[in-house]
Amino acid sequence: MELFDQLINVLASTIRLSVPLLFACLAGLYSERSGVVDIGLEGKMLGAAFAAGAVAAVTGSAWAGLGAAIAIGVALSLVHGFASITHRGNQIVSGVAINFLALGVTALLGQAWFNEGGRTPQLPGSARFLDVTLPFADSLRDVPFLGSIYANLISNQSIPTYAAFAAVPLTWYVLYRTRFGLRLRAVGENPHAVDTAGISVARLRYAAVIICGILCGFGGAYLAIAQSAGFLNEMTAGKGFIALAALIFAKWRPVPAMWACLLFGLLDAVALRLQGTVVPGIGEIPVQVFQALPYILTVVLLAGFIGKAIPPKADGIPYSKDR
Amino acid sequence: MTAPAPSGSAPPTSAPPAIELVGIDKRFGAVHANKDINLVIPKGTIHGIVGENGAGKSTLMSILYGFYSADKGEIRVDGKPVAIRSSQDAIAAGIGMVHQHFMLVDVFTVLENVILGAEGGRLVAKAEARARAELHRLETEYDLAVDPDAVVETLSVGLQQRVEILKALYRGAEILILDEPTGVLTPSEADHLFRILRQLRDQGKTIILITHKLREIMAVTDHVSVMRRGEMVAHLTTAETSMEKIAEAMVGRHVLLEVDKGPANPGAVLLDVSGVSVRDKRGVTLVDNVSFQVRAGEIVGIAGVAGNGQSELIEAITGIRAPTSGTVTVNGQPVPADPAKVRDLGLAHVPEDRHHMGLVLPFEARENAILGYQDDPRYGSGLMQDAGAILKTCETQMAAYDVRPPTPRLRTSLFSGGNQQKIVVAREIERDPKVLVVGQPTRGVDIGAIEFIHKRLIDLRDQGKAVLLISVELDEIRSLSDRVLVMFAGKVVGEVAPSTGEGEIGLLMAGVAKDRQGKGAGA
Amino acid sequence: MNGQLPRWVDYGLIPLINVTIAFFVAGLVVIAIGENPLDVVRIMLRGALGYGEGVGFTLYYATDFIFAGLAVAVAFHAGLFNIGGEGQATIAGLGVALVCLALNGQPWWLVAPLAIVAAMVFSAAWAYVPGALQAYRGSHIVINTIMFNFIATSAMVYLLTHVLKPMGQMAPETRTFDVATRLPFMKDYITPLGYDLGQSPLNLSILIAAAACVLVYLLIWRTRLGYALRTVGTNPTAALYAGIDPKRITVIAMIISGALVGLIAINEVMGTHHRLFLGFTGGAGFVGIAVALMGRSHPIGIALAALLFGMLYQGGAELAFEKPTITRDMIVAIQGLVILFAGALEHMFRPALERMFITARAATA
Repeated sequence: MELFDQLINVLASTIRLSVPLLFACLAGLYSERSGVVDIGLEGKMLGAAFAAGAVAAVTGSAWAGLGAAIAIGVALSLVHGFASITHRGNQIVSGVAINFLALGVTALLGQAWFNEGGRTPQLPGSARFLDVTLPFADSLRDVPFLGSIYANLISNQSIPTYAAFAAVPLTWYVLYRTRFGLRLRAVGENPHAVDTAGISVARLRYAAVIICGILCGFGGAYLAIAQSAGFLNEMTAGKGFIALAALIFAKWRPVPAMWACLLFGLLDAVALRLQGTVVPGIGEIPVQVFQALPYILTVVLLAGFIGKAIPPKADGIPYSKDR
Repeated sequence: MTAPAPSGSAPPTSAPPAIELVGIDKRFGAVHANKDINLVIPKGTIHGIVGENGAGKSTLMSILYGFYSADKGEIRVDGKPVAIRSSQDAIAAGIGMVHQHFMLVDVFTVLENVILGAEGGRLVAKAEARARAELHRLETEYDLAVDPDAVVETLSVGLQQRVEILKALYRGAEILILDEPTGVLTPSEADHLFRILRQLRDQGKTIILITHKLREIMAVTDHVSVMRRGEMVAHLTTAETSMEKIAEAMVGRHVLLEVDKGPANPGAVLLDVSGVSVRDKRGVTLVDNVSFQVRAGEIVGIAGVAGNGQSELIEAITGIRAPTSGTVTVNGQPVPADPAKVRDLGLAHVPEDRHHMGLVLPFEARENAILGYQDDPRYGSGLMQDAGAILKTCETQMAAYDVRPPTPRLRTSLFSGGNQQKIVVAREIERDPKVLVVGQPTRGVDIGAIEFIHKRLIDLRDQGKAVLLISVELDEIRSLSDRVLVMFAGKVVGEVAPSTGEGEIGLLMAGVAKDRQGKGAGA
Repeated sequence: MNGQLPRWVDYGLIPLINVTIAFFVAGLVVIAIGENPLDVVRIMLRGALGYGEGVGFTLYYATDFIFAGLAVAVAFHAGLFNIGGEGQATIAGLGVALVCLALNGQPWWLVAPLAIVAAMVFSAAWAYVPGALQAYRGSHIVINTIMFNFIATSAMVYLLTHVLKPMGQMAPETRTFDVATRLPFMKDYITPLGYDLGQSPLNLSILIAAAACVLVYLLIWRTRLGYALRTVGTNPTAALYAGIDPKRITVIAMIISGALVGLIAINEVMGTHHRLFLGFTGGAGFVGIAVALMGRSHPIGIALAALLFGMLYQGGAELAFEKPTITRDMIVAIQGLVILFAGALEHMFRPALERMFITARAATA
């Protein structure tokens, strides 16, 4: 039973750790499915986290924080769109720029405005998204296994967590069942086909990067005002890049994206759990192995040693009418 | 729906023309692509538009399809002026286009491709159901069968083109533009296409066919308009004209280039291609067991419609791509799959596409003067390049080939097409190769440069070199070669004398075997 | 690009406009914080160039940025984006530390050549893997170099906490090298001559950086390899035609790029801190991206851009001291803006300038 509780604990933290990955991963999915490579997920999420922390601290409202996070996520996405769609600039370079811009400006403004070494002020519970207890969670808690799963995994999560997991089937539906999704998938594969069908390539791609910004906004807000009680310097800590790895792992598809994010979240949860644990005969387990595993797995996957991850054909290529 | 005009007879004069272009004018920077174009296309006809590369056909059609907008002029559809600012406007006006490079999403199904942009609602399911029914109707009406659930990339080129036609018809196109539709088709696919086009016309649709193949014009069109250097130079009724007349209008003077050359003096075999086959990654055979020899002092031409394996054959001969089977020898030495080593054997190569292969456009001219010979000891030793020697080589070549401007430090992209090609030809010929493989030597090159380059090739032959000439321009092949091989579907399907009639070679190029040809020609 | 503009516009005016815009936007950020941008510029200039020690620091930072900028530029010329300089330099630190610790106590002039080789070999190896994976397996080099940055960090954390840390020490870092084994500071030579470099850590590495600029210039524009590299980077099909193997060149370019950025470890580990610790690169590997873009991948441009960033880093330190509201993160933001305007938006003003020049030409013709 104790082992089961431990398992539930690890899975609960897996879910928590995978939420920002999932938001960023789906964000990247929209962008890259439309043909715009986005290595600026990290920066967008960081900027959004800062906005969420700062605005929630000033207004005392988590929802205002979320709104600000989305606004910043979208604003940075529009910068990326302006460079890579309107001016057909190098999308990698633009993404790198956004990462540094966000890293610098958040730390700078954080210090200038709040004077707490780059943090935003500690938020009271009322200005955060706290865990929600679903109906009957407490009364069912003692039902063996299922009760615990319901009470600790399904219940007892924050609103953004539910939003993240709801975004997966929603994205699937949008992508494969709607006109917008059809066009989005088409524009990432062959923008010429979309253009000659009388649809604006630029407008579609802008729509995609805006959705990307909104989802990054959610991811940042989750970090700053749900998981933590405020913004910390560099609090994304590479999650935007792990999300990118998860996107490759998922071969740019929404449901596998969820599994990839959960897998990487699990690795993280296990690493946290095992920190300092000494296993007899082996010695202390190097948690760095778990930390590096998502990256190593991605390298192996990209090399085609286990399957092949093929991105949308027009991914990263600026569109111009002339071939 | 308008009643279809009775097949074969001229449409009633009272009906307004399907398309009327009035004074269309378009410039791209310094290039005047379309000059005051006027064109009338009656409803229910097949109208050909012919012209050489760069004559302005594609620009004109792009304007009609809303890809570019004209600087001046008016477009009328069914007699009414329409503003076509985007493809969407064109589609709304009932204009559909089948592009030379298909505008299909390879990983989508036929159905998804057909509904893209014409979904008629926010959800895909309804649109797909509607399209499925409509495809079924079109299939029966026009003999346009294709599996709606097939993924496009698994379809043959001919079927992909059919999807393009279905896309246009699904959008209610009354006017269908086809841009070089047969370039990628096998002859039987092309025949089928023409049947479909006639059927569409008989049902009252208007077809615009852009091509540079006169045979197709004669075979399928009712009227033909000829473009030259951005201008519309002739409007002809197909039944009342001849290929010669159209050709003359296209180039503005008599077509058959008379090249001044004496008889060939073939010597030893310098290039020997033996049983060469090339398959691509998917296992499709592109070059099929090709064998031939080129001797010192002769020019052997390879004629054929683009895409019949010529490019891959060149790559196999010049070491860019290893043949799947077979051998190539230059001067008795087997050719390895390394272009640098092949050059060392004395083979020079003027590639088909100078922009993508023959030149590095942002480089200075002097840097392109050594491309492929960058490791030649004349241009440096050890790690370093000898800038002085490179500059001198470039100056010499520029003088010998009258490259203008003769500025070795000018970026190559700033030279005109003809001068760029001269840079390539000079580089390859000036090193005194034993064998020269030359692809499309005069594509996109002005008349003056064409004559210059042709003369150089003859000179090279007369110096006792072996020249292999690959060109889709039959006239060029016939006027330069001493022997002509014809390629079709990856095979050499025949060898003929250059004096052989254009018709006979044309039939070979179309895959019609020689024995059947005999009957046709009534010999 | 398409060569519609004179060279001085392409290589001078356009970069200048772009960088000016980047700094203008940075000025807006300063205003948003409530400071006067002109004050800020004055403080930064004084801090970076106003006295010997400041100049020493500026040049010390610039040393790193030259290595990093050259590394990015060499890859750019071969058509590759090496975003992994940070990880490659980190691994180079390991090589330098191993050599210095193994030969601890030996004179620096004996150790330095070996340490330089170790730095270059270690980081070249770390760059080789993504290069080879791109060339022979088709993996995207940008993604892989990013992944290798993180893998390098994890590996370094493990090694420093488990293997290289002396027994009983808490901080995850190696022993400090012997005085004799350290690369000499420039202040030891220059200050006695009458120019006081203060306590600046500027060391002999700056001479290596200067040499690297010259060598990279020669490599790119004067050698056969450089010709092959540029051909592959500009037109891979033409390279195939010319008998240049793009795969081989991809791997070689990444090896050279990695080797160059690895020299950061000489400046930092052997020349400045005299020990290996986490994050000794201080993000310098990333600064190389901005430096290469701003310097248009030309060694002279890179040297100037590196100097500018050196001034920013040193001036920024001074600024953070005088105006606590403006932390050194300002520099990271400027870095982002430079990458944005000189990189991603480099062609923003080109169409307008092209129109201007075409009208001007038409008017004179």
